[in-house]
Amino acid sequence: MKLKYLLPIAFITLFFSCSTDDDDNTTIVNEVEGLELIQTIVNDNQTIEFYNEKGLFETGYNLISLRIKDNTTDSYIEDAILSWMPMMQMPTMEHSSPKSSISKALGKDTIYEGFIIYQMTNTDASGWSLTLNYTIDGTDYSVTETISVFQYENQNTASFMGSDDTKYILALIEPKDPSIAVNTMKVGLFKMENMMTFPVVEDYTIALDPRMPGMGNHTSPNNTDLTYNNADNFYYGDLSLTMTGYWKLNLKLMNADDSVLKGEDVTDENEASSLYLELEF
Amino acid sequence: MKMLITVILCLLLSSLGFAQDNNKEIKKDTTKLEEVLVLSRRKLSNHRQEKTLSSIDDYLEKSNKVTMIKRGNYAWEPTINNMTSERLVVTIDGMQIFGACTDKMDPITSYVDVSNLEKVTIGSGQEGTENGHSIGGGIDLKLPSSKFNGSGFKSGLDLGYETNGNYKATGLDVEYTGNKFFISTDGIYRKSDNYDAGGNEEILYSQFEKYNISLKSGYKFSETQSLDASIIYDKATDVGYPALPMDVSLAEALIASLTHYYKPEDKALKSLETKLYFNTITHIMDDTKRPVVAIRMDMPGWSDTYGFYSKADVVKNKHHFTFNFNGFYNKSLAEMTMFSNNPSEPDMFMYTWPDIRTLYSGIFIKDDFHFSAHETLASSIRLGYHNNKIAKEVGVQSLEIFHDNVQDQNNRFLVSLSSAYQLKKENYNLSFGLGYGERAPSVSEGYGFFLFNSFDNYDYIGNPNLKDEKALEANFSFKQKFNDFEIGLESSYFHIMDYIIGEIAPDVSSMTIGANGVRVYTALDHASIFNTYVNSSYKISERFAINGTVGYNYGKGNDGENLPLIKPFSYFAEFNYNTPKFNAALQLNGNGNQSNYSSRYGENETADYAILNLNLGNVFHNKLGKTVLKYGVENILDTKYSTYADWNNFPRQGRNFYVNLSFVFP
Repeated sequence: MKLKYLLPIAFITLFFSCSTDDDDNTTIVNEVEGLELIQTIVNDNQTIEFYNEKGLFETGYNLISLRIKDNTTDSYIEDAILSWMPMMQMPTMEHSSPKSSISKALGKDTIYEGFIIYQMTNTDASGWSLTLNYTIDGTDYSVTETISVFQYENQNTASFMGSDDTKYILALIEPKDPSIAVNTMKVGLFKMENMMTFPVVEDYTIALDPRMPGMGNHTSPNNTDLTYNNADNFYYGDLSLTMTGYWKLNLKLMNADDSVLKGEDVTDENEASSLYLELEF
Repeated sequence: MKMLITVILCLLLSSLGFAQDNNKEIKKDTTKLEEVLVLSRRKLSNHRQEKTLSSIDDYLEKSNKVTMIKRGNYAWEPTINNMTSERLVVTIDGMQIFGACTDKMDPITSYVDVSNLEKVTIGSGQEGTENGHSIGGGIDLKLPSSKFNGSGFKSGLDLGYETNGNYKATGLDVEYTGNKFFISTDGIYRKSDNYDAGGNEEILYSQFEKYNISLKSGYKFSETQSLDASIIYDKATDVGYPALPMDVSLAEALIASLTHYYKPEDKALKSLETKLYFNTITHIMDDTKRPVVAIRMDMPGWSDTYGFYSKADVVKNKHHFTFNFNGFYNKSLAEMTMFSNNPSEPDMFMYTWPDIRTLYSGIFIKDDFHFSAHETLASSIRLGYHNNKIAKEVGVQSLEIFHDNVQDQNNRFLVSLSSAYQLKKENYNLSFGLGYGERAPSVSEGYGFFLFNSFDNYDYIGNPNLKDEKALEANFSFKQKFNDFEIGLESSYFHIMDYIIGEIAPDVSSMTIGANGVRVYTALDHASIFNTYVNSSYKISERFAINGTVGYNYGKGNDGENLPLIKPFSYFAEFNYNTPKFNAALQLNGNGNQSNYSSRYGENETADYAILNLNLGNVFHNKLGKTVLKYGVENILDTKYSTYADWNNFPRQGRNFYVNLSFVFP
């Protein structure tokens, strides 16, 4: 299916790249280098391409790059205004997920960037659709397409009810490539205000206690609790990993008054917190 | 401290200053301070009874200053002056070689066998720094020297059997010696099942099997020059360590060297010996024989060393100088993979030695100044440059979990100095010496990552920011002879600064399941180690003699805590009967109660013990050659005991009958 779209694009690109050699910019920079195509959506006169590192949507944090091609000129749009709305269709209701706004990727001309945190999916990757609204030269467009969201092998996101009767969604963003080292741990924390709105939760604290259940619940030293960084609205802390393998990152969420909303301390009697994320490397 | 160094330096310089003396040359010094144990397999021992096929470990243990730490029935770790491997320099014929096991299951002495060696030189404290920097002393396992005496073919066969553990040993050696060429080869094979402690209690996982082959050849291409090549291959398999949670499935070493000898005659330069060498060790720990373990794991380790030395002997007037310029490059890598009991979880992996490279080069100068007929001033200095590098980036990162500042490289400049005065008269000998030495931390101390020590049940983490460990040392020995009675005293005192030892990291969780916690290597401000031995012997008649030794050791840190592995009060007595063709000896060997144990480092009180051994030997001469028969009983009373040096107090061997038979074909 993808080939159907890709082949003409490839041909046209080849053709045009040959015929435009009088252009002052002769070397064409591949702005999607290192990224894999997830999906293309054709809408009207535009083709929208979605990329990320793995080439598929998975549960948890997804950093997504996209670009819009004008099918008539076969050039990529550089001044679009975009927004999106992911939607999960459940038997009795539908809901969205935490997401960022979409902005031009740093140092790129045609690539726009943003993230979506899929907090769940069906086992056959179905259930999600994505609506993309964009404006080009004052004209508004909108397209909705079914997308596949695959279940990630570990629990890299958690949605839970806090003791304040608020539903929260927590997602692991970093470390992406963990190593036996002190890793920077980065998570996003969102509140489910309603089915469609998931604002960032500010100024809470997330206590961290990484454990290896396979090693008698071994833990590592010099971890720090995650704190809010208002520069990029994520939570950061230090995560020490003493060996490769399966790690359970036991967490405890505390609000600005330090009262615990979710999670328990890990002790000899209590092997794990009810709030945790998982990591394998 | 600086003052002492200055004093020693002055002594050294002043002795060098006498070099212009015009007196006659004095022949080679025979009053070496080192204890030299001659490992002659075919001679009935003169001092203490030995088996012809006993291991190096057994030989070494005969020395007063040496105690072997035992984690099993094989590969014992030598200590000198109550100091273990990292404070010693152990070399094979001047070659640096480092074990590949993070848990010290493969001391260097386990990679050679008696058949490879001619003798073992043990230097206490700073007298043992000819081949490297040490605090406690040095052991050099000497390979046989080249022979070009035209003695032709010679061969020998050794057979040994011991009842306890069904222990079998076989040795074979063949040599051809021409006038310009020699070649010799030998092989030895040892195998033991589990042994029984006193009271017929079988000690599980005390078996071992090993063989060792060596080949040595030399060519003399002029009156003054010759070239030697030597290869030793040693392989131990199925080695049990009853005191440890894991065994060893493979400990393998290849040790190769090429040596050039230059021996000019009638010159001040007596000999110049230059060696290039290489050795590689593979060590694989194994838990497949243990039915119950918390988690299965693989722990392989590798150690490769390349090096050289160039050693010159110069005799000038009353001085005998020894120069030794040496260098080596070592690569130590060890890793651990754990297989989770939950099959859905991935394997767990870490580098326990993250590919540590050590580069060393240094120079050693020693002067034995015989300033009168009976007196010698022996002074030595070793200066060295020592560099450690963490070759794996993950090694730096993993240590950063524990330490704020981890550099991938660390340079050290090391100094060792010693000076000793010796007086040798017909009826008495006297010597006293001072020394100052420094050493770099070992790979484990500097860079180890979660090394489990089953002794104190802690995981150890290395510390790349350790300072050099430094020691001031004073030693004294005296021997007096009254007709047939001889009494001697030897004593050493070490004041060790920045004494490296593991300190509990209170909030750190152990990696090893069931361990008490984690210790990170750090240093005590200072520690003191003292030992003294009184030796005496009495020759009752031409054939009867008795001798005895009593020893006392002491070790404490500046915090008043006892140091670990300090020998308690010990004694040894022997009654000898000797004729040229027969000998017999009855030995009593014992330790007092270990009351000054170090509970902080996992020691508990080891009870006193005493064991009795009986050793007998016969020599027969016949047309074919010589036959030596040795037999006896060890631990006659089948005492169940363990010594302070038995890891986790696992019990030693019970009653054992042994017989060794050696044939020498000229």
